[in-house]
Amino acid sequence: MADIKADASLDLRGVLCPINFVKTKLKLETMDVGQVLEIVLDDGEPIQNVPKSIKEEGHKIVEVKKEGEYFRLKIQKR
Amino acid sequence: MADKFIEDKVTRVAVKKDGQEVKMDFNDLKSGGFIKQRQKDQFTVRLRCPGGRIDTKKLMEISKIADKYSKKSVVHLSFRQSLEILYVDYKDFDNMVRDLEKIGQKVASCGPRVRVPTACGGCEYNPNGLTDTQAMAKMVDEKYFGTPCYHKFKISFSGCPIDCARTKEMDLGFQGVVEPVWDEDTCTGCTICSKACKEDAIKSHPETGKPIYDPLKCIWCGDCIRACPTESWQAKRYGHFVRIGGKHGRHPREANEAAVFIPDGKVPEVIEKTLEWYKMNGKRGERIGATIDRVGIDSYMKFMEPVFKSGEPITTGKAHKWQI
Ligand code: HEM
Ligand code: HEM
Ligand code: SF4
Ligand code: SF4
Ligand code: SF4
Repeated sequence: MADIKADASLDLRGVLCPINFVKTKLKLETMDVGQVLEIVLDDGEPIQNVPKSIKEEGHKIVEVKKEGEYFRLKIQKR
Repeated sequence: MADKFIEDKVTRVAVKKDGQEVKMDFNDLKSGGFIKQRQKDQFTVRLRCPGGRIDTKKLMEISKIADKYSKKSVVHLSFRQSLEILYVDYKDFDNMVRDLEKIGQKVASCGPRVRVPTACGGCEYNPNGLTDTQAMAKMVDEKYFGTPCYHKFKISFSGCPIDCARTKEMDLGFQGVVEPVWDEDTCTGCTICSKACKEDAIKSHPETGKPIYDPLKCIWCGDCIRACPTESWQAKRYGHFVRIGGKHGRHPREANEAAVFIPDGKVPEVIEKTLEWYKMNGKRGERIGATIDRVGIDSYMKFMEPVFKSGEPITTGKAHKWQI
């Protein structure tokens, strides 16, 4: 699958729940609808929780990649 | 016991308060929401708040009444989600009940009857919620509150398997469940669902990353559905996990697991038939859990079969499949 281009990026490794989600949310609020935010999340609780919360806020996760002990997610603002 | 004077024919008597004569109506005490405190003449008045929910306008009025009648200006949040006004002089009951009536606030109950149902936030506002616990609690309060039984009868609603409303400790508990189904075509193999599942019920295929689902480990929480970015996990059906015969207190008893995926619309029938079975098989002073221990769970399951068929009865009546 071709990589989707990101308009902004946040490295949330080492950032705990729910601060990782709040940071994602705040970043998305500064962006335009349709733009893509890339975030990097730790395995464990962050990857269990953050995707659900992003969906609940109405945004779309368009790409997920596992890279070792962390995940790279691309989120399209809705 | 409180029930003694409920049978008494005299319902209104005059009592003296500060040299003046005030009326005292035993009918006020009938519900049993007036609880004797250790202090002379002082009672706790327990309000009826199904699901622990109170309208803010009403709460402001309640706080005025509490301030007027509580000799120590305190309320207490009870373990079953009611608001209790402490240190009320029994001679004030009549006036206080009138004041509460004016704002449409009812008093709760004690004794051998169906109690005010408790409930968590459920799907109305809790992200984990799968069932509308608040709406269910309201319905149960309106339809079944105060129904006489052999002993107290406590009903609660939890919105999901986290079970904040502790359905395992209720005479009759309803806990939200959802059955997930997976659509292979839309799945991108991202592995998020296997991470989201806390029950180890989803493993990722080592090459494709697609889920390998183990229904025996699944507790129907719906985390996979909520986490999947492509909506490849969907809800096949929602419903209630029904538990029967639990209790707290000195001798706790964990509820028997009776059925899963009972739809909202069948909840009233579950309650009615359960009370009917209890009436036929129980005896005075016996909680329904004790009746089950004495008579056997099979009797209950057999009786409930027509309504439990709307979902899936747990025929062993005890251990759930993942506990065997
Ligand atoms: C003046 C009457 C009564 C008052 C004020 C009263 C009050 C209470 C309160 C405040 C609780 C804890 C509720 C909570 O979790 O928030 C409770 C629990 C309990 N009461 Fe009463 N009660 C009364 C009469 C009775 C009677 C007559 C019985 C039995 C014959 C009874 C049996 C129980 C039991 C078994 C529990 C614990 C049950 C459980 O959680 O499973 N109570 N009561
Ligand atoms: C001032 C009145 C009362 C208060 C504040 C009170 C409070 C409580 C509380 C807090 C519990 C534990 C409940 C729980 O954690 O769920 C309890 C249990 C219990 N109460 Fe009361 N109670 C009162 C009156 C009574 C009366 C009058 C009776 C019986 C005639 C009674 C019978 C019981 C029994 C049997 C339990 C054990 C529960 C069980 O077997 O499941 N209580 N009570
Ligand atoms: S039982 Fe589930 S839905 Fe209810 S409050 Fe707890 S987590 Fe939320
Ligand atoms: S419903 Fe819950 S327990 Fe079942 S597979 Fe999905 S996440 Fe796991
Ligand atoms: S989360 Fe959804 S897309 Fe990702 S592997 Fe699971 S089912 Fe497939």
